[in-house]
Amino acid sequence: MAKTMSKPGGSRRPDPIRKPVKALPFPLSLGQTAVGKKWLMALTGVGLLGFVVAHMIGNLHVYEGPARLAEYAETLRTLGAGLFPRGVILWIMRLGLIAMFGIHIWAAVTLNQMNLKASPGSYPGGRDYIAANFASRTMRWTGPIILLYLLFHLADLTWGWWLGDKFVHGDPYHNLDASMNRIPVLAIYIVANIALAIHIFHGAWSMFQSLGINNPKYNSLRRGIAVSLAGLVLVGNLSFPILNAAGLTDEDNRKCDPYAENVLECLEEQLVEEH
Amino acid sequence: MHLTLKVWRQEPGQNGMFQTYEAPGISEDMSFLEMLDVVNERLIEEGTAPIVFESDCREGICGTCDLMIDGQAHGPEKATATCQLHMRKYNDGDHITIEPWRAASFPVIRDLAVDRSALDAIQEAGGYISAPTGSASDANLTPVPKDAADSAMDAAACIGCGACVAACPNSAAQLFTSAKVMHLNLLPQGQAERWKRTEAMVETMEEYFGSCTNHGECHEACPKEISLDFIALMNKDYVKSKIKNRKLSGQK
Repeated sequence: MAKTMSKPGGSRRPDPIRKPVKALPFPLSLGQTAVGKKWLMALTGVGLLGFVVAHMIGNLHVYEGPARLAEYAETLRTLGAGLFPRGVILWIMRLGLIAMFGIHIWAAVTLNQMNLKASPGSYPGGRDYIAANFASRTMRWTGPIILLYLLFHLADLTWGWWLGDKFVHGDPYHNLDASMNRIPVLAIYIVANIALAIHIFHGAWSMFQSLGINNPKYNSLRRGIAVSLAGLVLVGNLSFPILNAAGLTDEDNRKCDPYAENVLECLEEQLVEEH
Repeated sequence: MHLTLKVWRQEPGQNGMFQTYEAPGISEDMSFLEMLDVVNERLIEEGTAPIVFESDCREGICGTCDLMIDGQAHGPEKATATCQLHMRKYNDGDHITIEPWRAASFPVIRDLAVDRSALDAIQEAGGYISAPTGSASDANLTPVPKDAADSAMDAAACIGCGACVAACPNSAAQLFTSAKVMHLNLLPQGQAERWKRTEAMVETMEEYFGSCTNHGECHEACPKEISLDFIALMNKDYVKSKIKNRKLSGQK
C-alpha cells in the first residue's frame, strides 16, 4: 500500500466529493451509485441499439419502392391487430423507447457531473492518451449530437414540420425523397449518422465491461461485435441519403401521384398488383 | 547526459507552477529517482528547497513513487513504476516534464507529493478477511482451484500506487478497487464477506473518485498491468451484492 506523508498535526483524509445517501429499495438503489448507473446505461444502451438496428433494417424496404415501404409503415401501426386497436402496440414500444432514452441520458448527465467533480480537468504539463480512443473521449459530444438529430429526424419525417404541404401522411417514400432533396438536410443526416456509428463503436464495447460480461475465452470478440454493429448501422443508414442523392430512390418512375387525394388507395392497389 | 527538467513546484496552501532546472552530468545507469536525487543535492548546495517527491523501496513493489512524467503516469515505459524507470531510456538534451498526480481526492501536499489516503479509505471499507487467530492452520487445509489462485494472484499484484486514478480522465479508482475486491472475492477465504465487501468498497470508492467510462487508460498506466477484466468482475459482483445483501439482511 502507498504510504502517504502525514500533514503536521496528524493525518486527515481529503474530504469526500460525495456524501453517502440513504439507500432506496433494491432496483432503485442501482440508480444511486455510479456502478449501478453504468448498468442502467448499458442495459438501456442494448435496447436502444436494438432499436437502431431494427429501424435501419426496416427502412431497407425503401429499396422495394413506394408501395412496399407504405405497407411496412402500416404494418408497424397495426402490430397486434385483432387483439389491440390500431397503433396501441406501436405506442407501447414508443413509450419504452422514450423511457430508455430518458434513463440513458439521465445516467450520462449525472455521471458526467460526478466525473467533473472528481477530476480537476487536465494536466497543465499536458498528457498522453494511450488506450483512450477518439470514440471513447467524444461520447459526451456524440451523445448530444444524436439527441439533437433524433429531434430533427422526428420533426422532419414523423411530424413533417419542415416539409409543410409536401408532407404526405402514410407515404414515407415520398416524404423521404422530398426531405433528402435539400442539401443541408442531406448533410445533417450524413454527419449525425457518422456520430451515431462512433457512439456505438465505444458503447457496444463498453457495455460488456459495465455489465460484467467478461470471459477470457470470448473477450477478443467484444471489439469485433462493436465494430460490426457500428459498421452495419453506418453503412445501412448512410445508404438512404447517399443513394437518394444518387437518384436510386427518386420518384421519376412512380405510378401513384403523392399529392393526389387517393394516393393511399393507389399504393394499396399497386401492392396487390405486385403480389 | 545533460537534461532539462520542467518540474511542478507547489507550497502547501498555495497555487503551484512549473520551474525549469538543468540536470547536467546524469549517468544513464541512474534510475529516474536517483536523477532527481542528484538534482536535489545541487539544489540543497545552492540553498534552494529540494524538490519533494515520494519514494520508498525503489524496487517497484511498494507503490510509493508517483510521478506524471511527460504526460504519462510512471513515465513512458510500460509496466514499470517510476523507481524502475532508468535514464538509459532518455537521450542527451531531452526535456522532461514532471508533475504530481492529479485528482480531486489526491490533494498536493508539496511539489510532487500527493495525499493518497483516499485509497486507504477504500481498503478499510472491506479489503480484508476476518479470520480467527491462534495457531497456524495446516497448509493446504483449504483447497484453492489453480485458475482461481492464478487470477487472485494477478489482482493481488496491485501495489496501490494510484497510477490508475492519475491516468483516468475521470479520476476513477476502478482498477485499484477492483483489484482489491477481486483478489479476495476469487478465493475461498474471501467468500464469507464477499457481498458485504464488494458493496462497501465500491460505495466508499464513489465517495472519493469518478466513474469508469471504460477508456482503458488505467491498465496502460498500471506498473503491475492489472487487467480491465477485474473491473468487469467487480461490476458483476456489485449488482449481485445488492441482491444478496438484501437477502442476508433478512437473516439477522
